[in-house]
Amino acid sequence: MAELPEHLLRRSAEARAKAEGRPVDEVLAEMKGEESPTPAAAAPAEAPAAAAPAAEAPAAPAAPAATNGGRDLAAESTQFGVPEELLRRGAMARAKASGVAAVFAGEGASVAAAPPAAATGGGGAAAAPAAAPAVPEGVRTQRLLTVVKAGAIQKVKKEPHDKVSTWPHLVAIEFVALMVCTAALIVFSAFVDAPLLEFANFNEQPNPSKAPWYFLGLQELLAYFDPQVAGVILPGFGLLGLAVVPYVDRNPAVRPSDRKLAIMIFSFFFFASAVLTIYGSFFRGPGFNFTFPWSEGVFFDF
Amino acid sequence: MANGDGRTGLIDRVKEATSHIRTSQVWQSIFRPGSPFRAGYNDSPRNRSYVIMNNVLYHLHPVKVKRHGVRLSYTLCLGGLSFFLFILLTITGIFLMFYYRPTSPAAFEDIQALSTNIAFGQLVRNMHRWGAHAMVLTVFLHMARVFYHGAYKPPREFNWVVGVVLLLLTLLLSFTGYLLPWDQLALWAVTVGSNMGRYAPVIGDQVSFALVGGVQITPDTLLRWYVLHVLFLPFIIVIFMAVHFWRVRKDGGISGPL
Ligand code: HEM
Repeated sequence: MAELPEHLLRRSAEARAKAEGRPVDEVLAEMKGEESPTPAAAAPAEAPAAAAPAAEAPAAPAAPAATNGGRDLAAESTQFGVPEELLRRGAMARAKASGVAAVFAGEGASVAAAPPAAATGGGGAAAAPAAAPAVPEGVRTQRLLTVVKAGAIQKVKKEPHDKVSTWPHLVAIEFVALMVCTAALIVFSAFVDAPLLEFANFNEQPNPSKAPWYFLGLQELLAYFDPQVAGVILPGFGLLGLAVVPYVDRNPAVRPSDRKLAIMIFSFFFFASAVLTIYGSFFRGPGFNFTFPWSEGVFFDF
Repeated sequence: MANGDGRTGLIDRVKEATSHIRTSQVWQSIFRPGSPFRAGYNDSPRNRSYVIMNNVLYHLHPVKVKRHGVRLSYTLCLGGLSFFLFILLTITGIFLMFYYRPTSPAAFEDIQALSTNIAFGQLVRNMHRWGAHAMVLTVFLHMARVFYHGAYKPPREFNWVVGVVLLLLTLLLSFTGYLLPWDQLALWAVTVGSNMGRYAPVIGDQVSFALVGGVQITPDTLLRWYVLHVLFLPFIIVIFMAVHFWRVRKDGGISGPL
């Protein structure tokens, strides 16, 4: 009865004390598994379904337990977290089925020697000859398969969050965002045409020739570094570095004030690439030389 | 029901017809229980859950979301906008495919024809081009937003990696599309861009040969990039988006609050 909550134990102890006319404390102490004063008192608490056949069966000689090998229930109980009482019940049912007396470490002798009457009373070993059926036809015994501790299934893993229904709150916002985004794109497209220059000519390279804008930061780097560095190694390391960010930044904090270094590093690269891109887009003219967009014009197509 | 002269008014008839349709078997088979379009919908917490649960949206959204997550100021809607733009690009792109042949010189002529001969051709082409640039921008900004929120931290590390792949795929989609108008801008921008790949150590030449389909850009490159642009890359990016959205939910929904 190790896992029963105290208040439930107390309540049932009170009820039984009232029925039997005994003091509550005595019943309670006995239910808690301290020294059962009389076998009769413990009996109603645990009446294994298999008790009846055991009572009918002749007593077996006190044999050393082959199957249970002197199991130490107390040790197992602490090891597996299963109440000792339940372990004992399971072991005894097994012993009864195979017709061998159960012996447990530390109590083997006294239990094995107990008369069958005591065995029926609970807390003792029940022994039956192999010939006798352990359970009469048509009687089902209960078998305990697992013990699930309350903590394992009731543990609250997630803190409750302040939540709202997706419908209508989130769906409405998304709908509006979709409409605004579509409308903005249509309006912009109605006024600004996509560029289309002359037919592609392999013999006439425009000056300057620029990559699409999102590569202009890289093209800008090409002006300073060896092409192998600027065109391959830097972008390669950039992507790789980006991908491993979560595995390098082991700081669990999300508050900006607790992750200043990470923010500084990311911001540095973010703004550096923005500056390089803008520089390459608007401040580079013929020959990819420096120009001011307001003096010599913009050499840039979207 | 009936007005003064004993005939049924128009409005009543419409109402009657509507309710007839809304209780028909066909209608009820389309709109599952909890749909606001179904007869007898009322606004209750239970129905609000059903709207999502019994809807294809359940693939994307849980029934409830964190309150701060729906605030525009948290995500700035950037991931969502990237996705919307992708959908708009798919729709406008399909329209463009009806009028475009990936051969030289037909490709250039088809784009010209779009601006002159085809109803809404110029508008749709503009939408496709500006939408593509906008998507590159929103994906970048989305990444920055995720970084500044520290939203890549456990358990979301892997979704960040999926995001980096999405970024790369977005850039590749945009870059392969850039060549398709087959004008001077397209040809030389792509030449400059893909020349960078040539410097990759060891395999540079092979990479650029495979992408360009030769030692330099030719009309064969056009066909190759067209297939990558309209079929291969969208296919791959959709798979990664599916994983991305799935992980947003499985990692406990939107991160935060800070
Ligand atoms: C095609 C490109 C992309 C699309 C369509 C997309 C879409 C989305 C959407 C709809 C969300 C939900 C929250 C929000 O809207 O902010 C999200 C979250 C997220 N995205 Fe993306 N994304 C893309 C690219 C990226 C990139 C480039 C990264 C990072 C390198 C990234 C990393 C993340 C992460 C870590 C989350 C979870 C954030 C959180 O829980 O607050 N995504 N994405």
